[in-house]
Amino acid sequence: MAKAHVYKRDHINTDEIIPARYLTTDNEAQLAKHAMEDLDKDFVKKVQKGDVIVAGEDFGCGSSREHAVWALRGAGVQTVIAKTFARIFYRNAINNGFYVIESPDALEKINDGNELKIDFKAGLIKNKTAGIDIKFNPLPDFALEIINDGGLLKHITKTTAD
Amino acid sequence: MTITEKILAKAAGKRSVRPGDLIDAKLDVVLFIDVTGPAAIKMLEARGIDKVFDREKIVVTPDHFQPPKDIQSAELHKRLDDWAKRNKIKYYYRLGRAGVCHALLPEQGHIRPGEVIIGPDSHTCTYGAFAAFSTGVGSTDLAAAIATGKLWFKVPESMKFVLNGKLGHGVYSKDVILTVIGRIGVDGALYRAMEFVGPALADMSMEARMTMTNMAIEAGGKNGIIGFDKVTKKYLDEHLKDKKEYTVFESDKDAEYIRVEEFDCTKIEPMVALPHLPSNAVPVTECAGKKMDQAYIGSCTNGRIEDLRIAAKILKGKQAAIRTIIVPATPTIWKQAKDEGLFDIFYEAGCVISAPTCGACLGGFMGVLAEGEKCISTTNRNFVGRMGHPKSEVYLASPATTAASAIEGKLADPRKYL
Repeated sequence: MAKAHVYKRDHINTDEIIPARYLTTDNEAQLAKHAMEDLDKDFVKKVQKGDVIVAGEDFGCGSSREHAVWALRGAGVQTVIAKTFARIFYRNAINNGFYVIESPDALEKINDGNELKIDFKAGLIKNKTAGIDIKFNPLPDFALEIINDGGLLKHITKTTAD
Repeated sequence: MTITEKILAKAAGKRSVRPGDLIDAKLDVVLFIDVTGPAAIKMLEARGIDKVFDREKIVVTPDHFQPPKDIQSAELHKRLDDWAKRNKIKYYYRLGRAGVCHALLPEQGHIRPGEVIIGPDSHTCTYGAFAAFSTGVGSTDLAAAIATGKLWFKVPESMKFVLNGKLGHGVYSKDVILTVIGRIGVDGALYRAMEFVGPALADMSMEARMTMTNMAIEAGGKNGIIGFDKVTKKYLDEHLKDKKEYTVFESDKDAEYIRVEEFDCTKIEPMVALPHLPSNAVPVTECAGKKMDQAYIGSCTNGRIEDLRIAAKILKGKQAAIRTIIVPATPTIWKQAKDEGLFDIFYEAGCVISAPTCGACLGGFMGVLAEGEKCISTTNRNFVGRMGHPKSEVYLASPATTAASAIEGKLADPRKYL
């Protein structure tokens, strides 16, 4: 079961997800210690493996630093559910095989601490705490292919070999 | 088709493309820098790939933590250096020639109209000022680009920004782009191309135009783009070196835009983007008098020679009332500023002059803010913690407004100094 960490905010940016002062490394475990630090300094203490972040519009705006995806994944975050995503973050997530969910109404239907179960294939978030289902549009096929292959580089290696 | 669609169609080897199409585009230039690049090297090495698609199409410059600020960043630079030498990268700008990438590449003649350029930095959209398609990507995309010379793109919808009128006295392209972002918001152009047109562009230098395309990402844009004209041609004639041919594309008269926004530039005033979003833009007249602790003039947005000249004109014979840091974006700009006597003006005014670096723009080093401090800055982003402590504040403005504010130690209208 995944626990929801809800931030009722738009434009959560890469400087908040992983501040640039930590970009002297690309080690996922080191970055993970500072995930979301400038937005919520207790985040890494609260988050457990498989948990989910829920937020508003334009999640991940700002820098192209892929460290933002690595920091969240390293901290145990399974997926981010947002109304919309900034373009480069979205692309970086897919390229890393990190599933992200666009949902216009999840933020209104999920409260902090709610228990969720997500069926990525079916496009369904089950909010077990509230007892409601939230549908979402699964990622487009080309993105799913990349994610299923484990990220862009594995995908390219596979398709080139084909 | 729009200019963006035409460039992408050519790169994909297609006669035409439409917004939403997924394409595999051939890349003409791949930028490589110190913060996000070394991760790509590691990814490639982990897969046993130690080759590059074309050693003459990759341009390498360390810039974010340049010169290295600590042991960890020195390790990143070492990884970059080993890789660039091993792969015999033709355009590798080492310390002494390295500069802030988006100022360096055009200056050194690497940007040509009609080409597709990617870089592992969000402000790679800068190069659209040259009628090229350019966009920022992450480290994995960079790794794929280095290995294959291609990347997938979704063709963006285009938004048109019509810049009418003429800029007033003391008003610059930075004030225009802050006005644009203020109107449409930080995700107002999400996933889209931002095409700038209109008579106000004719008076803008390439430096001034780059300030606008540079900040397309601050509105969520995939790319910013400006058509080719005689100003573009003159700059290219003076800067292109090894490869001088290029293709000029322009938007068709019946090209489709998802939205058109018109601006009367005559009415735009010097602007300041208040914390903590670039879209919090207000005329300086509405916020003048707010106390600052530091002024920062530099970055890929406003660290070019024209910017330093504007700042020097205002600071000449005056004293900065607060810490003022001047960061020429490239070694060439640094030398130009020195030769033109700008360094003397900055020195006399009590400013410090830094080596070319991204430095404190991203809170790296060379001017990081303490808790509660406020900085007026010519940079591009004022998110929480951007230039230092999470409780510090960044105010974005033009070099003129920043220089005027440095003199007064508080937000100030530059027009009275010009």
